Amino acid sequence: MNILVCISNVPDTTSKINFKDENKSFDPNGVQFIINPNDEFGLTRAIWLQQKAGAKVTVVTVGDTGCEPILRKCLAIGADQAIRIDALPSDGFFVAKQLAALCEKENYDLIITGRESIDYNGAMVGGMLASFLSIPYLANCVQFEMEGSTATLEREIDGGKEILSASLPLVLGAQKGLVEESDLIIPNMRGIMQARQKPLTVEIAVEVDAATTIQHFEKPQAKGPVRLVDAAEVDTLIELLQNEAKVL
Amino acid sequence: MSVVVYVESQNGIFKKAGLEVASYGRAIANAIQTNLVAVTFNVNDASMLNNHGVDKVCNINTTGDTFFNVDRYSASLAAVIENETATLVVVSATANGRYLGPILAAAIKAAYVSNVVALPSAYDPVTVKRSCFTNKAFNACVSNQSKTVISLSSNAFGLKEHTSEAEYTEAEYLNSNSTLKVTATDSISDKVTIADADIVVSGGRGLKGPENWHLIEDLASVLGAATACSKPVSDMGWRPHSEHVGQTGKPVASNLYIAIGVSGAIQHLAGINSSKVKVVINNDPEAPFFKAADYGIVGDAFEVVPKLIEKLKAIKQ
Repeated sequence: MNILVCISNVPDTTSKINFKDENKSFDPNGVQFIINPNDEFGLTRAIWLQQKAGAKVTVVTVGDTGCEPILRKCLAIGADQAIRIDALPSDGFFVAKQLAALCEKENYDLIITGRESIDYNGAMVGGMLASFLSIPYLANCVQFEMEGSTATLEREIDGGKEILSASLPLVLGAQKGLVEESDLIIPNMRGIMQARQKPLTVEIAVEVDAATTIQHFEKPQAKGPVRLVDAAEVDTLIELLQNEAKVL
Repeated sequence: MSVVVYVESQNGIFKKAGLEVASYGRAIANAIQTNLVAVTFNVNDASMLNNHGVDKVCNINTTGDTFFNVDRYSASLAAVIENETATLVVVSATANGRYLGPILAAAIKAAYVSNVVALPSAYDPVTVKRSCFTNKAFNACVSNQSKTVISLSSNAFGLKEHTSEAEYTEAEYLNSNSTLKVTATDSISDKVTIADADIVVSGGRGLKGPENWHLIEDLASVLGAATACSKPVSDMGWRPHSEHVGQTGKPVASNLYIAIGVSGAIQHLAGINSSKVKVVINNDPEAPFFKAADYGIVGDAFEVVPKLIEKLKAIKQ
């Protein structure tokens, strides 16, 4: 079984987000980058399939050389090989097209993306990639089991979950629940040493135009201080919510 | 060249997020002076859409397929969009809307813009404001394609009344050759969902255990709110995953978010920050949530919440 896990290189949650070039681009200065959390849940599930069923796990990202540290981290976690598609990921459509070109060359049985990246929050790469490849996409996946070439999956929906089945190959949109936070693999020294020897190949990007362009960024307006109400005066809180905030 | 909106429903009743998309679509249709076409599934009585400015309803009956089959929904919607020669399509930010959006956009060769929080600031090319960096920033996004699919954030636009007289038509539920099949759903249909809620009441570790969740549920019930929880609470199995809100959980964009016993870790705040008004009840005055909240009570949830429930009940009566 051949698994491709698509990885996004994203700023750590605690990073301060700043912009440069007159708010036209993101400023990576001083930002710590991590594996997108949703992608990491998917990677962990893939490693389980590697350990139990001997699956081969390839990780891929679309980005410049700055993305290589997180690809090495994926290798240290246990992925067998890494691919970097050499292009700046200008939008979700562009990334999905790059990944589709790779998937058309190789035969992956299972392609895993995160449900969304925590930077641009597009939540579109998985669905578009599946559409370009004419294979099923399963969003917000919290359970994945396989029997032969048929997969049984659970998707988180508003207020519950849905049980689905599909034939491989398919694209899976990973999120928490597929594995738990406590299941995430922290690379050990042996993993880190081995990762240095594992193949990290660079692929040339295919020519495609982005479907969208970011015109500029802006930050939300600063919020005023909290208005504290005495614990004995819940009436006051209700009154404020009714008449000042007008939300009750 | 109509504007097409996908108005979600459950058991024939429109979801609030669906009606919001209709209101938003009406405003776009006014701006570019065209008709608003609403696509509905399994809705016999669409008269409600006359309050939100819909000019034409295309209802699709999914006879024999009671589940949300994303590929068949996408194929059926794509046919209507082509028929109407629509260049702007709007879906909601519910679980199904967010699932459908990119697949539909790929099917009709459109640009896809998610997390949209305002009306387009321009139409040639389509330019919209969306949230990014998990609510830490916004960006103005320009569509480079002739068609654009917009996924509208919940509660970003609100419901707007606009009287119209919609023509009711039926469209075909198309097949797809996808192997994807929904075999069952397991959901609580009598409770308001986080995506559709005006108010969300959320509990954290401060509630000390699942046996105390009646406080959250009772408060939610009197407010007609959805219930939610913080990450540690779902990690410990006190509450189901589907209630976990935050960066790796569900996004919340309600009008009112009440956090009880939630400290306000940055990952939690990231997920709920687009809620309009935030209230925090916590016995720790140093809890980071107080910095992010609009209103706060420093106090014991076990004392404050029952009083709050009692007072609210009295008001409702």
